[in-house]
Amino acid sequence: MSGHSEHKTMTLTLIVWRQNGSKTPGRFETYTAREITEHHSFLEMLDVVNEDLIKSGKEPIVFDHDCREGICGTCSQVINGVPHGGQDRTTVCQLHMRKFKDGDTIYIEPWRARAFPVVKDLVVDRNALDRIIEAGGYTSAHTGGVPDANALPIPKPDAEYSMDAAECIGCGACVAACPNSSAMLFTSAKVAQLAALPQGRIEAKERVQAMIDAMQDCGFGNCSNHYECQAACPKGIDVKFIAHLNREYMKALV
Amino acid sequence: MILDGKCPTGPIEQTWDKHRFDMKLVTPANKRQYKILVVGTGLAGASAAASFGELGYNVEAFCYQDSSRRAHSIAAQGGINAAKNYPNDGDSIFRLFYDTVKGGDFRSREADVWRLAQVSNNIIDQCVAQGVPFARDYAGYLDNRSFGGAQVSRTFYARGQTGQQLLLGAYSALSRNIKLGTVKMFPRTEMLDLVLVDGEAKGITIRDLVTGEIRCHVGDAVVLCTGGYGNVFNLSTNARGCSVTAIWKAYKKGAFFANPCFTQIHPTCIPQAGDYQSKLTLMSESLRNDGRIWVPKNQGEKRAANDIPEEDRDYFLERKYPSFGNLAPRDVSSRAAKEQCDDGRGVGPGGLGVYLDFRDSIGRLGEDTIRERYGNLFEMYERITGEDGYKVPMRIYPASHYAMGGLWVDYNLMSNVPGLFVLGEANFSVHGANRLGASALMQGLADGYFVIPYTIAPYLVSTRPGKAKEDHPECRKSIDEVKAYTKKLLSVNGTETPGDFMRKLGNVTWNNIGMARSKESLTETLSKVPEIREQFWSNVKVTGSPSEMNQVLENAGRTADLIEFAELLARDALVRDESCGAHFRVEHQYEDGEAKRDDANFTYVAAWGYTGDGKTPELHKEPLEFQVIKPAVRSYK
Repeated sequence: MSGHSEHKTMTLTLIVWRQNGSKTPGRFETYTAREITEHHSFLEMLDVVNEDLIKSGKEPIVFDHDCREGICGTCSQVINGVPHGGQDRTTVCQLHMRKFKDGDTIYIEPWRARAFPVVKDLVVDRNALDRIIEAGGYTSAHTGGVPDANALPIPKPDAEYSMDAAECIGCGACVAACPNSSAMLFTSAKVAQLAALPQGRIEAKERVQAMIDAMQDCGFGNCSNHYECQAACPKGIDVKFIAHLNREYMKALV
Repeated sequence: MILDGKCPTGPIEQTWDKHRFDMKLVTPANKRQYKILVVGTGLAGASAAASFGELGYNVEAFCYQDSSRRAHSIAAQGGINAAKNYPNDGDSIFRLFYDTVKGGDFRSREADVWRLAQVSNNIIDQCVAQGVPFARDYAGYLDNRSFGGAQVSRTFYARGQTGQQLLLGAYSALSRNIKLGTVKMFPRTEMLDLVLVDGEAKGITIRDLVTGEIRCHVGDAVVLCTGGYGNVFNLSTNARGCSVTAIWKAYKKGAFFANPCFTQIHPTCIPQAGDYQSKLTLMSESLRNDGRIWVPKNQGEKRAANDIPEEDRDYFLERKYPSFGNLAPRDVSSRAAKEQCDDGRGVGPGGLGVYLDFRDSIGRLGEDTIRERYGNLFEMYERITGEDGYKVPMRIYPASHYAMGGLWVDYNLMSNVPGLFVLGEANFSVHGANRLGASALMQGLADGYFVIPYTIAPYLVSTRPGKAKEDHPECRKSIDEVKAYTKKLLSVNGTETPGDFMRKLGNVTWNNIGMARSKESLTETLSKVPEIREQFWSNVKVTGSPSEMNQVLENAGRTADLIEFAELLARDALVRDESCGAHFRVEHQYEDGEAKRDDANFTYVAAWGYTGDGKTPELHKEPLEFQVIKPAVRSYK
């Protein structure tokens, strides 16, 4: 299309966190990214840097990524202090270099939270999020023996509300953004998705208690009402679900 | 060898029910004696592992991702088919069966497809019970939309994230079983070998992607749910970690590879912008419900899209296929787009794109309705291209998307290697030469929830549980081989990265055997790919150590396997001297450019057997019989 500056390239300075594992201290290292165009995604920019590093016999920057279309929730980088880089509702893999300028210096760090130990460089261990789901993020319907899908009508607004919550991709940016490393937004999204549906009501009490317990056992903090989580969430999950979580929790206690 | 799919006979409507009754069962008390290894946790793997766990089997599940929730099924956007006939528009199990057999261009097994159509309705019920928030109407009932290759609305959806919601449903069932202790989950592990004991699949050798440890897991059966090989074209809509590795290692241990040349190219992807590009992003086919596809009538058109008047636009799908229009099947739509671009009417950089225009539907329905239906897709398009699809037409181009081919399986989803089962995209069974939209999710969950829990039983009752132990000589041998292979990759120490080789491979495969194939292009591929392979093993550079997280090493291994596999794909495409479905041999087409099948000579499944490195693989055939639906020219006009 016209209007694109196809040939203009950028040179960027990258200051990247390198760390060999949770037991060894990490450090920042500086790299230069050359010949980057506005059409490169952020991860493609890192690919270019890594290809050069490999060719010069150095170890490339290790980072998590997979689908590269913003849905698998694997990519996880704090860019200039903001999880996923600060573009509204955008994962790192969907962030494009047209958001940066020639000559920019970019700081790249892993998610930082006690519950997410560093595996290597920008890769962290997010198994704690799986443990929260394992504690109760499901209905206990087993395979087979369930009624016809239309036997249970669900008001459209409830289904939409449930879907709004269900869009969570489990990336953990909410935790990385929270000053208290809370996983409340993540946990509330699953609690609210199921609490809004009749098939999820049956186990609502047990679910919310078990998931909150698991969240605390994993070393996540509680919500301290900063709402940084919603701002960082690439799917725009609303903090209203945290309020819903609290209501469900209170209901479960009484 | 003539292969037998062991399909049940008799009236098609009764085949699955009869077979279910005829199969032996494992009694509840005996189930806990058996251990099943499930590799891959996408729709097929997660649903199978959860269902096995619920039945009482011991399950170990493996995935290369950091969490089982991230498998690439999650990226499927548009929907999942089922024959519910909720819209009262004429659908039935028979029609879904018919559409799928026809859509596959008469290269799939009727009995397998019937079973898929029959259990499709159970899948929707199951997902709703799990709390999957499907789209609903104002009465609270489930909503449907239509998809390519069908004239009824049978596609259930959850906004543009149906795959995500279905996978999270299966992941939640899996998580519940992990908590119950019936499934043990091993994330960040990659299968690098299949272990056979007395010719039967009894274990896998994996690399722990965090520590680099190479170890063997043994069980009584191995179930591969490791997806497709679309990345053989380098750029595809698949995730970067998707590879042929698991099924390729199984092939090298004796499992037959069926119809590798049946690869699907998806018509609605965002065009490539540069050489550095790491993937092509799919825009759901559902967009074709409301978007109109066109190119300028004039070659070398310079005007911006919105300045091109109606009379200078060619809505080529509507023109060529009036009854299906913009919803013509994927292979037909992709080739039609390529044809326009080859003819100099393509749009965007390099002329490799066609317009997908929402102007008319926005005029008819309003921008809000379009936003409600596809808002997330428009946002995704804007992030990648910097363009607003509500204001200017999107640009799309076909990209590699799905593999219909895969390991050969019989009706019980067991490969020719006893004890080795293959589900989902990793097998070849139901889509024939072309898969219809919204049928991949259906197959993954059908195989995992409603087929394999039954069909694994006859094998298990025939085998003694706990036959193999971790210290079996075959396990030790396999571990040694994998370690030696890893060492070999690290020791080449050349000058080119695994990424360089993927780009080289992609250049050859995409241009020669992508959307169209000829004897010349295939012969050329068969001479060029071995050259790439040779260069790889003499000049690849893999940094780092084997005993730590090493993504270069992971990529190198996957690249090496894709290079080897590309040769098999080309060989299969060369032998299949006909056009069918997505396999388009330019020598075989009707005057209007449609695929021309050769039923007399090619109504068979081509199943390739490994005969050794550098040796020509052996072709085995499974003849296909069509007793219910008579093969006809697949017309969408």
